[in-house]
Amino acid sequence: MSQVSVSPGRETWRRFRRHRLAMASTVVLALMIIGVVVGPWLWPVAINDIDFSAQLQGPSWSHPFGTDDLGQDILARMMYGGRISLAVGLAAMVVATIVGVLIGAFAGMSRKYADPVLMWVTDLFLSLPQLPLLLLIIYLFREQLKAVFGVEGGVFVLIVIVIGGLRWMPVARLVRAQFLSLREKEFVEAARAQGATKLRQMTRHILPNALGPVIVASTIEVSSAIIAESTLSFLGLGFPPDIPTWGRLLFDAKDQLDTAPHWALFPGAAIFLTVLSINFIGDGLRDALDPRRVI
Amino acid sequence: MATYLIRRLLIAIPSLLGISVILFTVLAMAPGDPFSEMATNPNVPPEVREALRASFGLNDPIMVRYLRWLSAMAQGDWGFSFASRINVDDLILQRLPTTLFVVGSSQILALCVALPVGIYAATRPYSVFDQIANTLAFVGFSLPTFFTGLLFILIFSVSLDWFPFVYRSDIAATGWRWYWEMFRQAIMPITVLGLFQAASYTRYVRSAVLDVIRLDYVTTARAKGLSERKVTLRHITRNALIPVVTLVALQMPAVFGGALVTEQIFRVPGIGSLLIDAILANDTPVIMAVTFVFSCLVVFFNLIADILYGWLDPRISFS
Amino acid sequence: MNEQEIRGLVADVKEGTLSRRSFIKRMAAVGIAAPLASQILAWNDVAMANATLDYKPTKAGGGGPLKMLLWQAPTLLNPHFASGTKDQIASRIFYEPLAGWDKEGNLIPQLAAEVPSKANGGLSEDGTVVVWKLKQGVKWHDGKPLTADDVVFTWEYAADPATAAYTTGAYKDIKVEKVDDFTVKVVFAEPTPFWADPFVGVAGMIIPKHHFGEYKGAKSREAPANLKPVGTGPYKFAEFKPGDILTGTRNENYHVANRPHFDTLEVKGGGDAVSAARAVLQTGEYDYAWNLQVEDEVLKRMETGGRGRISAVPSGDIEFIILNTTDPWTEVDGERSSVKTKHPTLSDPAVRQAINLLIDRDSIQKFIYGRGGTATASFVNEPKQFKSPKLKYEFNIDKANKILEEAGWKKGWGGVREKDGKKLKYVFQTSINAPRQKVQAIVKQACQRAGIDLELKSVTASVFFSSDVANPDTYTKLYVDMEMYTTTQPQPDPERFLNQFVSWEIANKENKWLGRNVSRYSDPAADEAYKAAQKELDPAKRAALLIKVNEIFCEANVILPILSRTRVAASTTNLSHDHSGWDVDSWNIAAWYRS
Repeated sequence: MSQVSVSPGRETWRRFRRHRLAMASTVVLALMIIGVVVGPWLWPVAINDIDFSAQLQGPSWSHPFGTDDLGQDILARMMYGGRISLAVGLAAMVVATIVGVLIGAFAGMSRKYADPVLMWVTDLFLSLPQLPLLLLIIYLFREQLKAVFGVEGGVFVLIVIVIGGLRWMPVARLVRAQFLSLREKEFVEAARAQGATKLRQMTRHILPNALGPVIVASTIEVSSAIIAESTLSFLGLGFPPDIPTWGRLLFDAKDQLDTAPHWALFPGAAIFLTVLSINFIGDGLRDALDPRRVI
Repeated sequence: MATYLIRRLLIAIPSLLGISVILFTVLAMAPGDPFSEMATNPNVPPEVREALRASFGLNDPIMVRYLRWLSAMAQGDWGFSFASRINVDDLILQRLPTTLFVVGSSQILALCVALPVGIYAATRPYSVFDQIANTLAFVGFSLPTFFTGLLFILIFSVSLDWFPFVYRSDIAATGWRWYWEMFRQAIMPITVLGLFQAASYTRYVRSAVLDVIRLDYVTTARAKGLSERKVTLRHITRNALIPVVTLVALQMPAVFGGALVTEQIFRVPGIGSLLIDAILANDTPVIMAVTFVFSCLVVFFNLIADILYGWLDPRISFS
Repeated sequence: MNEQEIRGLVADVKEGTLSRRSFIKRMAAVGIAAPLASQILAWNDVAMANATLDYKPTKAGGGGPLKMLLWQAPTLLNPHFASGTKDQIASRIFYEPLAGWDKEGNLIPQLAAEVPSKANGGLSEDGTVVVWKLKQGVKWHDGKPLTADDVVFTWEYAADPATAAYTTGAYKDIKVEKVDDFTVKVVFAEPTPFWADPFVGVAGMIIPKHHFGEYKGAKSREAPANLKPVGTGPYKFAEFKPGDILTGTRNENYHVANRPHFDTLEVKGGGDAVSAARAVLQTGEYDYAWNLQVEDEVLKRMETGGRGRISAVPSGDIEFIILNTTDPWTEVDGERSSVKTKHPTLSDPAVRQAINLLIDRDSIQKFIYGRGGTATASFVNEPKQFKSPKLKYEFNIDKANKILEEAGWKKGWGGVREKDGKKLKYVFQTSINAPRQKVQAIVKQACQRAGIDLELKSVTASVFFSSDVANPDTYTKLYVDMEMYTTTQPQPDPERFLNQFVSWEIANKENKWLGRNVSRYSDPAADEAYKAAQKELDPAKRAALLIKVNEIFCEANVILPILSRTRVAASTTNLSHDHSGWDVDSWNIAAWYRS
């Protein structure tokens, strides 16, 4: 108890730093972000340079990650597409998690009408058939968003809203279930007896204890958002077909999997590393936030 | 409890009606035309197309069409498929057994893998076993099923020639051979789906068990001298099951709804592929029927989950 | 190629100095599909040849199962409701027309005793009457005999608008009379050069009166035989699950001796084209897979295993790019791309000519389509003596740059050419389909080098090819500068195919964008030639007129043909099959056998 004077934020950071995997993951994720942002300057190869004489080549000095079936450089494509994949993955994860946690938390705290109403909304979203809905959204909103945010910006906003907006339901259900159980626990009752407001009970006492499944859900969300982005571009909802996002690279590579495994290997590994590092960061954060855990 | 159940079931009726209104509106407004092939075919005069649209009632306002659908549904008439020109319930019944078998087995497989692995990994966090299990789980959900499915086909069908990769709903064999053939053709889709699901379940189980494993009551149970096995099963697992129950309840409707991508890859004639074909052909009666049954299941399993929460943690009350 | 030259070639065939096959090849090179070429010969009394499969087995049956894989699954089995090729293939297994088209465009009798001709009195001189003689001794699967009544009934059934048959176009303007039990007379309202449409090929399958008689018109959808077909075909119906599987067994009483070879037949649906090819070529789980729109490299690699092979037959389908000469970005009277507007840059013929030079057709064929298509810039490439110097295709970035430079389009900021503040920036749209996206990438890169900036757009096929009036992304709306797709020839005759080049078919708001002329371009000379061809009974004269229509559009660089597509199918090595680009794949399934 000698560290009482240390602020909670700094204490969390101290505990987080001691989580070796989490620290390593932070470095890996940072490197990947730097790679996709700065990389195109260090490796100035055009992403759409077609070279039929260099089809499906394995990794070499001139093409460190090999080439695809039009002889385009995979490294350059991955760095370009990685910006979008990482941004979409992270942004959609944030949207889905925030929406899910908010809805789940309010439903889980409510003892009156909010719970059935919010659960009805969740059920509704779970049962909507996604493909017709997506086609409807493209049809209704694409032109307007394009006008407001420009081609790429509009598509980005649309994708993040669509992926985030259609995938928050599991988080909401998980959070609600945790809340239902936690709100009856002794420590919450103690807080309630001390006169803590509902909001304070939620944010200070229940939510930190309900974070476990949320962190797992949001890391899974990153990978599914990266994949979902590529699915969307097949519906004409995503980025134009010539933008090589990681999910799209993986999809394009699948028919050549037996002859050109490198084509699928690199984007697959990139998605894997992203998921892995975000997950360990999440684990580290949870351990750091949980005072019971001795680190 | 009984009154609670009755109340919830009664609430379910208006909420399902509300969902059906929204589903119907979305489908009616979504772009596409069930008779588009007719329109682009120069051999079909426009009058024929109009006559067909009129006979299927497609020119009426949405509300009229919805009420017609609702009253037919209430009388057990599920509608008539535009694309196949047969009754929708026949179509669904043809597909249902396959979907229940393939997706159901994959869910069971997922749970059978995820529960033991997740619990064991959580009791020894950051051990070698835990690290390996985690890494495999990450690989599992980083790779989409279209990719793992193809990988399986290339390895087990093309290279090794062990299993067929085209799923057939009627196998021309009887007796033991039938079971053997069924096993051979079902193993790849079930494994692909099951392992994908197991990867995320494992992470949830591990995280949920970790959340309770250091709580005081667990320490108390150990201090009482209970065996480690008993502590894990009786005290830890039961309390850690709430997120797992939530997830399983979320996934159960999919056992009816099918798994779109996997069904497509292995040509499993399930509800998922029926739905996607119907969507691509704008066959609204089929889409509406499948999604409506799906939403009924979503609502129903949400209710089941709530009841199970109360059983797992008696302090949870809904009254 | 003019009428005189065609006549010269016909004379060569008659004298025997030119083979039938090379005649058909030469006609194909000028855009005259094989069926019409065959008709030219038939009109001039050169007998129809027979390019069907040579059938070896000496007894019917004993071939075991035949397993076909259609990656789009059949959903219904009534041949007159069949909306897509998948359904037509499935229903053709059980039903047969009076005659079908082989892969060289010859008309082969199936339920007819012979193909009508002037020589056998089947065709009238004025082109309004066709007399068909039916084959005798043909039995329906339930044992009842096939008679002229069934043929007349098929007409009544399909012509009735209340039936809402997809084939109604072939029947609604004709009269069919029974002459005797085995002879029918088809009477056209006007002289009709292309008479082989009703009762022939895809639209012509004959249905039994005793099963469909009560279900004509509005009751058509209730007929039990819609799902349990009773036909005359080589296989009898066993089981059908829409969208999944179709099975049949050998018809012991089939009307051709020693056929069919296989005891059972299975048609499985679903999945995608690549894995369908895999199931035939690599694992041999299935015997035959259809319509493999897959990059040729992938197919070639699968073939190396030696288990199966690919076969490609020519068809009338053309993959092409439309350059929009109207303005897609200005709305006039509630529609964009209205003929009242002019495209700010693409209305300049120099720009269109330059873009035509920027399409690397050879690479597109070599690296993407392979056997799936033959590169073509115009419909006139081969043989050399007919090659028009104006219409040869070329890939030449320098020349494109020079043309643009001379026309006053100077490179501006970012390397994009502009004139008077108007930039060469275009939206290039197509449907979602892997080879098309690659073609888009190839064209985009070449255009970039010539200072033209393309924004690629792809639309999911179910929307792109729909007729939804409210949707701006359908292909007939053409709300973009450039668009690419394949136009399929719905009939073996090019006349209806070419109505996409006439002014009265221009797609617009008034006709709900159902007009066939998507490019919106028109030329009075083309209209005139087309109208003349509609009435011209002499196939050679008619062909010359239709070639002219083609040339006008290609010379204007409004239609930029890329490839003439072939139909690609995969089969196991020991299967002898016979598919045709002018009819459905199963048109001659009775002759398939395994060696």
